[in-house]
Amino acid sequence: MTLVKTSIGRRSFIKSSALAGGGMVLGFSWLASCKDQAAMEAALAMPDEWFEINGFLKIGDNGLVTIMSPNPEIGQNVKTAMPMIVADELDTAWKDVIVEQAPLNTDIFTRQLAGGSQSIRQGWEGLRLAGATARQMLREAAAQAWGVAAAEITTSAGMLHHEASGKSAGYGEMASAAAALEVPEEVEMKDPKDFSIIGTDQKNVDGKKIVTGQPLFGLDVNRDGMLIAMIVHPPAFGMKLKSADTESVKSMPGIRDAFPIVVYPEGAERQWSDGGAIPEMVAIVGESTWQCMQAKKALQAEWEADGDLESTAYHEEALNKMLDTAQDAPARNDGNVEQAFARAAKVVESTYSAPYLAHNTMEPMNFFAHVTPEKAELLGPIQTPEFLENTLASVLQMPKEKIDIMMTRMGGGFGRRLYGTFAVEAAMISQKMQAPVKLVYTREDDMSQGTYRPSYKIRYKAGLDADGNLIAWHVRGAGTNDDLVFENRFPAGAVDNYRAEKHALPTDVTTGAWRAPRSNFIAGAEQAFMDEVAEAAGKDPIEFRLALFDRAISYPVGDPEKNDYDPERYAGVLKLVREKSNWEAGPPSGQSRGVAAYFCHNSYVAQVLDLTVEANAPKVHKVYCAVDCGIVINPLSAKNQVEGGIVDGIGHATYSALTFRDGRPEQTNFDKYRLIRNSEAPKSIETYFVDNGIDPTGLGEPSLPPVQGALANALYRATGNRYYEQPFFGERRIIG
Amino acid sequence: MAVYNLKINGTRMEVDVDPSTPLLWVLRDHLKLVGTKYGCGIAQCGACTVHLGDTAMRSCSLPVSSVGNQEVTTIEGLSENGDHPVQKAWLEVDVPQCGYCQAGQIMSAAALLKSNPSPSDADIESAMNGNICRCGTYVRIKKAIKMAAEEQAS
Repeated sequence: MTLVKTSIGRRSFIKSSALAGGGMVLGFSWLASCKDQAAMEAALAMPDEWFEINGFLKIGDNGLVTIMSPNPEIGQNVKTAMPMIVADELDTAWKDVIVEQAPLNTDIFTRQLAGGSQSIRQGWEGLRLAGATARQMLREAAAQAWGVAAAEITTSAGMLHHEASGKSAGYGEMASAAAALEVPEEVEMKDPKDFSIIGTDQKNVDGKKIVTGQPLFGLDVNRDGMLIAMIVHPPAFGMKLKSADTESVKSMPGIRDAFPIVVYPEGAERQWSDGGAIPEMVAIVGESTWQCMQAKKALQAEWEADGDLESTAYHEEALNKMLDTAQDAPARNDGNVEQAFARAAKVVESTYSAPYLAHNTMEPMNFFAHVTPEKAELLGPIQTPEFLENTLASVLQMPKEKIDIMMTRMGGGFGRRLYGTFAVEAAMISQKMQAPVKLVYTREDDMSQGTYRPSYKIRYKAGLDADGNLIAWHVRGAGTNDDLVFENRFPAGAVDNYRAEKHALPTDVTTGAWRAPRSNFIAGAEQAFMDEVAEAAGKDPIEFRLALFDRAISYPVGDPEKNDYDPERYAGVLKLVREKSNWEAGPPSGQSRGVAAYFCHNSYVAQVLDLTVEANAPKVHKVYCAVDCGIVINPLSAKNQVEGGIVDGIGHATYSALTFRDGRPEQTNFDKYRLIRNSEAPKSIETYFVDNGIDPTGLGEPSLPPVQGALANALYRATGNRYYEQPFFGERRIIG
Repeated sequence: MAVYNLKINGTRMEVDVDPSTPLLWVLRDHLKLVGTKYGCGIAQCGACTVHLGDTAMRSCSLPVSSVGNQEVTTIEGLSENGDHPVQKAWLEVDVPQCGYCQAGQIMSAAALLKSNPSPSDADIESAMNGNICRCGTYVRIKKAIKMAAEEQAS
């Protein structure tokens, strides 16, 4: 049991009120922490607007508990995990707790966003405190009703009991009385060892709806009088609309209208979420999707150059040049790498690269909008509703109070739905049509109007002394629109001479966050290089890494506070995967084995991967995965996230690439853009979590990045070749 | 436009559409059966999988004019109460993440088990290779299909 305060200074973490019709509502702060002194000081230092009551817990007089969740569900399963946290502290049956997707309401919820694997990490303390506070207030209400001491009242599965008098009552019976009480200044939160729901396997609360095909997604939205809208956007980055023969498609069956539309009028206020916006395009509106698709195909439009029409060959050349010649100041510089290389017994140098990637959520971008002069109603899959509201207020010239945004379940996010330009397009088309419309992107629209994972190149150089100790590490990274390198991540702090340089190449191809941004490439490159360096040092790859972590633990280079990783936890996952994979015994006969470890989203992952190479493709037999993400809320779905990240990481590193010719994406559907398929997935994945009682950290992303390194290292053992260029087994990337 | 009298999930349904309209959009737009999903439109991702008779078909590339009198089964009609062995196994294994592709996965798996009640790993991979899952739930899909096969056998 831990006593925590419910307020600090004039700021209260919890507010209570009565629920109309009976029951109680507790408002709590989704993002704030009240558990330790440092966190409280940080809370006090927060700007007021960051410190708001932004989550709600309702206990009805029937005992049902509802969490109003500000965070959308994109497949990361927070809709199951969040109620588990509340149910545990509240001490009610977790099946009696449900999550309701809250509409966008910037007056109540702040920073509504799904991204960065942060939902559980940030919601953890708020959800626990709300559950614990409600439990305490219910006990107090029962104590008053029964004339006994609150301390004598126990709880279990949503019931209050007083053993001496034999009295008991359900939470619902006491909820209204509890709502009238003052919020206690201090409440008891459980010790992690006493959790009874957190840490147990619980199935997806929407599972039944999913497997029976119920309408859950944005694309499933249907309203009376709703029209279908499609867009025709410029075929290349760096082009804009010149003219379009909309008249000839207007007469096609089922087509109501076709028109060029300026989605972002001059002077419109853009948010970062509008980064990939195309200002003008052609809209086609009709009665059915198929009819709109036919008109879209038939539309004759002319486009003209408006910027550089870039090709993959240009990106490759420019990034190479940047690595060779760029002279920016280092982001971090410990010791002197040049002097160390000069005296090193061995120097290893390698360059790694990766192409652009499309997000390819299985549900293409879409949004419902109904804009009238009085109000704007929007409904669909979006990761950043708050930013969308700001943009809409600007482009529709409408006050925010008149804009309602509702979120649907999303058929995948992976970062793509952070950039909600499709919702803005839907709103502008609806406004023009004065009708409710559902904008639907075809797969080709989705893949060719993306906000892609940037294209990257990174060069590593390492120096070893005569005993095989790492004495110097130099990393230079470059990416399109993205400077790639995390200068304070491993092995920073573990090498005397360390230098990190990073460069961004501005391009006209729009880029953005893609599952585990930057880490999704850098981890694989770094861990493949580490393998190469360990081999040059004549050392076991795990021993070699552990020696570096020992160094970072016992006498770190530079200010250890600057390093954004904990070397003990890092070493911990490596040791765990070494044990579980029986590393010393090696892979099963005929198979080859690689290892990698990485830290991102505040979590640590190490993997050992066993494969054979058959018919010029890797066949991954097994992946052993050790994860330290602190307390695991729901192991069943946590393992699903880990497995998914591993499949995703292997798939993209092996097969996927988006290339450009004269600004045009050369792959626009799954016939040319390869995604990993069932037969190519690992035959088996074993996941092990470190049990350390530390507060939970991210899990939606961290298993993806390192597996690319484990794969490359296993491929090297199988083939004798180092794999420097992603995709390792994709169609040959088009150069020139 | 032409009138088609289709047999869908055991019920006769009439639509008046252009003969080239893919069954997918007839289901989704005209009959409001939205469990069958759009993913690619070119029979590459399997999100739109339905049964035509006992065979798994990509409805995005099947013109309504070629359906004829064949029985169409969609995810909504796979079982009355969501208790087809494949659906039960999907829940037991907790397969879905985002869930969008899963109707198509389930329809492919159900068709596989109808023609091959005890598929090998290779049979499963071959039958399921046309269904992309971007969340990467393939390992669980395979496990769930084996579980469903076992339940059907017992």
